[in-house]
Amino acid sequence: MPKRNDIHKVLVIGSGPIIIGQAAEFDYAGTQACQALKEEGIEVVLVNSNPATIMTDTNIADKVYIEPLKAEVVKNIIRCEKPDSILPTLGGQTGLNLAMELAESGFLQEQGVKLLGTATEAIKMAEDRQDFKDTMERIGEPCIASKVVTTIEDAVEFAREIEYPVIVRPAYTLGGTGGGIVYNEEELREIGENGLRLSRVHQVLIEKCISGWKEIEYEVMRDSKGNVITVCNMENIDPVGVHTGDSIVVAPSQTLADKEYQMLRTSALKIISALGIQGGCNVQYALHPTSFEYAVIEVNPRVSRSSALASKATGYPIAKVASKIAIGYGLDEIKNAVTGKTYACFEPTLDYVVVKIPKWPFDKFVKAKRTLGTQMKATGEVMSISSSFEAALMKAIRSLELGIFTLEQDIYKNLEGSEILKKLHDINDERIFVIAEAIRRSITVEEIHEITKIDYFFLCKIKELVLMEEKLKTVSKDQLDKDILKKAKKMGFTDRIIAKLSGIPQKEITELRKQKNITAAYKMVDTCAAEFEAVTPYYYSTYDDHSEVKKSDKDKVMVLGSGPIRIGQGIEFDYCSVHSVWALKELGYETIIANNNPETVSTDFDTADRLYFEPLTPEDVANIVEAENPKGAIVQFGGQTAIKLTKALDDMGVKIFGTEAKNVDAAEDREKFDEILEKTGIPRPQGKTIFTLDEAIAAANELGYPVLVRPSYVLGGQGMEIAYNDKDVKEFMEIITRTVQEHPILVDKYMMGKEIEVDAICDGEEILIPGIMEHLERAGVHSGDSISVYPSQTLSDKVKEVIVDYTVKLAKALNVVGMVNIQYVLYNNQVYVIEVNPRSSRTVPYISKVTGIPMVNLATKVMMGKKLKDFKYGTGLYREPGYVSVKVPVFSFEKLHEVDTSLGPEMKSTGEVLGIADNFPEALYKGIIASGIKLPKPGDGILMTVRDTDKPELIHIAEEFEKLGFTLYATGKTANMLNNNGIATNAVRKLDEGSPNIIELIHAGKLAMIINTPTKGRNSDRDGFKIRRKAVEMSIPCLTSLDTAEAIIKCLKLGKTEGELEVLNLNIFDE
Amino acid sequence: MKAFLLLEDGTIFEGNSFGMEGKVVGEVVFNTGMTGYQEVLTDPSYCGQIVCMTYPLIGNYGVNIDDIESLKPQVKGFIVRELCKTPSNWRSIETLNEYLKRNEITGLEGIDTRALTRILRDNGTMKGTIITAEQLENIQEELTKVNSYTINNPVLQVTTNEIKHYKGEGYKIALMDYGLKQNIVRSLLNRGCEIYIFPATATAEEVLEINPDGIMLSNGPGDPKDCQFQIETIKKLIGKKPIFGICLGHQLTALANGANTVKLKYGHRGCNHPVKDIAKDLTYITSQNHGYTIVEESLDRETMTVSHINMNDGTIEGIKYKNAPLFTVQFHPEASPGPGDTAYLFDEFIKMIDYSKSSL
Repeated sequence: MPKRNDIHKVLVIGSGPIIIGQAAEFDYAGTQACQALKEEGIEVVLVNSNPATIMTDTNIADKVYIEPLKAEVVKNIIRCEKPDSILPTLGGQTGLNLAMELAESGFLQEQGVKLLGTATEAIKMAEDRQDFKDTMERIGEPCIASKVVTTIEDAVEFAREIEYPVIVRPAYTLGGTGGGIVYNEEELREIGENGLRLSRVHQVLIEKCISGWKEIEYEVMRDSKGNVITVCNMENIDPVGVHTGDSIVVAPSQTLADKEYQMLRTSALKIISALGIQGGCNVQYALHPTSFEYAVIEVNPRVSRSSALASKATGYPIAKVASKIAIGYGLDEIKNAVTGKTYACFEPTLDYVVVKIPKWPFDKFVKAKRTLGTQMKATGEVMSISSSFEAALMKAIRSLELGIFTLEQDIYKNLEGSEILKKLHDINDERIFVIAEAIRRSITVEEIHEITKIDYFFLCKIKELVLMEEKLKTVSKDQLDKDILKKAKKMGFTDRIIAKLSGIPQKEITELRKQKNITAAYKMVDTCAAEFEAVTPYYYSTYDDHSEVKKSDKDKVMVLGSGPIRIGQGIEFDYCSVHSVWALKELGYETIIANNNPETVSTDFDTADRLYFEPLTPEDVANIVEAENPKGAIVQFGGQTAIKLTKALDDMGVKIFGTEAKNVDAAEDREKFDEILEKTGIPRPQGKTIFTLDEAIAAANELGYPVLVRPSYVLGGQGMEIAYNDKDVKEFMEIITRTVQEHPILVDKYMMGKEIEVDAICDGEEILIPGIMEHLERAGVHSGDSISVYPSQTLSDKVKEVIVDYTVKLAKALNVVGMVNIQYVLYNNQVYVIEVNPRSSRTVPYISKVTGIPMVNLATKVMMGKKLKDFKYGTGLYREPGYVSVKVPVFSFEKLHEVDTSLGPEMKSTGEVLGIADNFPEALYKGIIASGIKLPKPGDGILMTVRDTDKPELIHIAEEFEKLGFTLYATGKTANMLNNNGIATNAVRKLDEGSPNIIELIHAGKLAMIINTPTKGRNSDRDGFKIRRKAVEMSIPCLTSLDTAEAIIKCLKLGKTEGELEVLNLNIFDE
Repeated sequence: MKAFLLLEDGTIFEGNSFGMEGKVVGEVVFNTGMTGYQEVLTDPSYCGQIVCMTYPLIGNYGVNIDDIESLKPQVKGFIVRELCKTPSNWRSIETLNEYLKRNEITGLEGIDTRALTRILRDNGTMKGTIITAEQLENIQEELTKVNSYTINNPVLQVTTNEIKHYKGEGYKIALMDYGLKQNIVRSLLNRGCEIYIFPATATAEEVLEINPDGIMLSNGPGDPKDCQFQIETIKKLIGKKPIFGICLGHQLTALANGANTVKLKYGHRGCNHPVKDIAKDLTYITSQNHGYTIVEESLDRETMTVSHINMNDGTIEGIKYKNAPLFTVQFHPEASPGPGDTAYLFDEFIKMIDYSKSSL
């Protein structure tokens, strides 16, 4: 069936901010969708609240709206743009839910807007637990014994019937939010009630627990004609019980014979046909490990995280094909871009093994509960490709950037065998290392299997790796012959780890290897196991003799990507990498990208001319350099991941385009940086570099508390804390030094002023400052977690002048060529510099969008030798637009148990949204609602419990809330103070003051917002911690800074409803 | 033990031998299926061929007693990148290595199978030998042997010696065994058929003597033009009874109708080949194993219609005959290994018999 002729203008709905369970994969999917539609001559209107995305670029869609993903807002966009259709299945669960809401309300029909792709009824059939079960029963596909309930009593009754343990799954939530395995009635009551509340339709599924079965997924496609294919299948190493987003996954399945493979494949095709899916779909199975019995766990009637993984694992562009199907094409009419000859109507075949490992935030949230279950906790993932499972696993492990390069972990070395055995029972992110240690202690794979239920196949592979580790420990240089060395390389061991294990210097290992001609070869991902010639250079490394790298005479430039999405280094760096590649292409260079994140646009095979899907370590990058011999490399856009490689690249003799390696170092190295500040006469908060705890305490006392303690060379303020006393310093130092620190630790005087941030481009002579942003929260809250406003609303022209002056001086002193990000604090009306990052920052995508300056493009071109005066944007501080943009952070606390939600110098947000309007309060309001904060309504209760130092300031805030008609609650002293000031406040008991107390008040549903500023330190405020966690569980907004509370008041005073907001087309900034 | 693959053009791959150590000469082909190695090994159509699996990890789920397409492995040799020594599957009874050893099949592991596949793709199927390091004394001598290798009458090597009978309540089917895969038998039995399996040497008279309701022409190895006797037999069967042909059966039927066949550069072997059923306008993923194809220009358009085409290279995948109740397909609707998406063709065969009965 050719393209439908009734589609001319399509609205694509994005997935909003990055949260756990919904990450960069939907930028990748949405971007592919927009491109696929545009190349068909269809006008594309895009709405997404996330400014860090590539899809929200005005060159991706024709009309871009960075607006809250709320039904009333989207209605206004539809009224304004009058699209004839909506593509709902590429924006994750958020996009799908929104489209369904619009459809169900009758609005789409009223406006004559069609839903493209899978029909509404089919989506309901797949998403609604009961409908889905009925459908499966009708077509004879087995499901797990389960029942949809709407009350907790029904849940308890059914659980009694099918016996514990049971799994609780709320309907219509992301990444399994609010679900879990429960072993008794008490747990069921707790988790069940929570799940019911979180479900949009107030439904949860109570399901027989089948933990221990194999978990297998199939990615399937169907067109409107009824052609069906599977793109690939995947096997979770972790058996059923761990969310697939938190599982280590391998593609294709490894332990299924053809009979089992085909049985599930046939089932998946039957299901997608019965549901009438038009596009991509994902079916998850539980397969009994010792019989042909299976059960369908879940179907996602849309493009998902798994489909992004499947796309990258096979080279089959699922999102693009799904979009073409949505506008009418048949699978047999869509070309396979990889071969250029064959069609999308085929099944990719792999001649390699793919391993995905989730990237969890536990290195940041050291106190978070690491247990993995049905609720996803990972923020991102890495993927690796190799021709053996062992090598793929080793590559994936080092791609995680945890400082881990092999399975052997020091922390387990000193544990008794019995402790290791005990640890095998814990299902968490470290299980694979515990298994390896168990094997090392001669615990049999049978025993390990008995405990973990992980298939023998995988355990035996881990054993192979452990045996190699042990072997390497015993070889001398003479014994390290070609066979052992080659075998180790084929199993994925880096020279660094071979050196560490064998005690032979790394340099000698590398030399020996090259002498013996053991070097990396590159193979292509081609969808067809070499049956046809591929035209897309998408490579992975192996240690074979035959390499497939195509020779080229053009000048090549390598862009280093940013690895997995994690807190502090998110999708914005993928945005930057991709734009840098595009700019290089404009200049006529052949581009090479190296990255390992399957969720991104940068790892799409048609983004750069050559894609290397590889870990980002010095050795892996050196191999690429040897294969490609690029003219140079760009490290400014791949976050800390790429910056960390600067020195290695420099040592390899690779030219670093832009700011030189030594200057990058000068910005990070405290002493060198201090010299520069002294020379330029720019003040900064006093500070010291230290290595030991004693030094830290001495430094802190000399500077005077409070102080900031942090490791150097990190992003996202990792490990950074404000210390108020020696005890705090001691605690933080312990956490920081848990991982080996190659660089000194910094102790700085903490100044609680206004934080200001600047991104600038420097060509070595001139400088362009697109804008000055100011943070709403006072310094102390990490810039990534603060509400950020552009243009600044409170800075005087004089302060701005000082900032521009300092920025110019710093950029020049550091010989910046390309991008620089500088953070300042305004304290007692004096500007201090806090830090300088000679690289792209997380604010670049948003500032580019709201100033209309293509920053990455300019910076890249400047790095390649162009001058700022060659462009139309001038130099100095760019003119301010007539609109205000407010960036609001978004958190995923509900997914991370036992993480303190209070904001501090260490970044905690997973994503961000942007509100744009012609005035500050409205932009702020848009940002706040887009971030998912439910604003309280007059009459609602607000609880205030703040630290003593904040109490005076609270009076004015409380007064405003009172005037707005809220009912105020506060704990003893605070309530007294407010009442004394004439603000009517209800006193509530603290947790240790008996019943009824704060927690009970929260439970009773009497509160719509909580303002709680933490006292100090990490641990000392257990009451506050409990209140904040309770708030998260009850989905009550909890503000931990008074500045945020002020912002909320501004929003409330605005008095507008969502439907009254004016929607803005981003093209206003391009003028 | 160290062993080599030596191709007819002198290319050498070094690996290790497994299964039975020794030397074998054969036609080297590649199969792109990710699962189903046991079915591949026991598929008689691979008679005389050394099969290289493109999926790098082979033997993961061991060998079981059920997933066989004939009683023993039929390949001449077997090449894998990594042989799994610790298989894991509830049905597995032995390792692939043990199985091949027991059945005296020579294997080679540890070579860059992708590089080999690319050579075969670019240069076409080649002859080659798997040979241990000890046996390889003189490369030229071995190359001479490789180049003089031919597969002689492979169909006669793999067909049944005697008529076999399977009971059933439904239609009586005469199944011509040119090297049949057992799943064709299972597919017919699942539809209630009674089956008589005939040797490839059976005459038309012998076949018709049992008065079958329908005739099935099986798959099989080698060049269809080598099967002159079978082609003549088919000529005599056409029109007498409804006929359904698969793979070699499909090619022989075309030759019996005056069409021509030609060798493909490197054949179709795998589980992911898209084939369009023109009448249904739907594309199905099929299991394939063939080195020859029918020349489109040679079709007699009066009597033959292309019913299926390959979506990758446009080759003919199925023919419907207008002058007799007869249709044939190039691919394997019986699957095993591979997808069973086209199993409906067995139902169409049964329907064709229904129709021919009712129109009598």
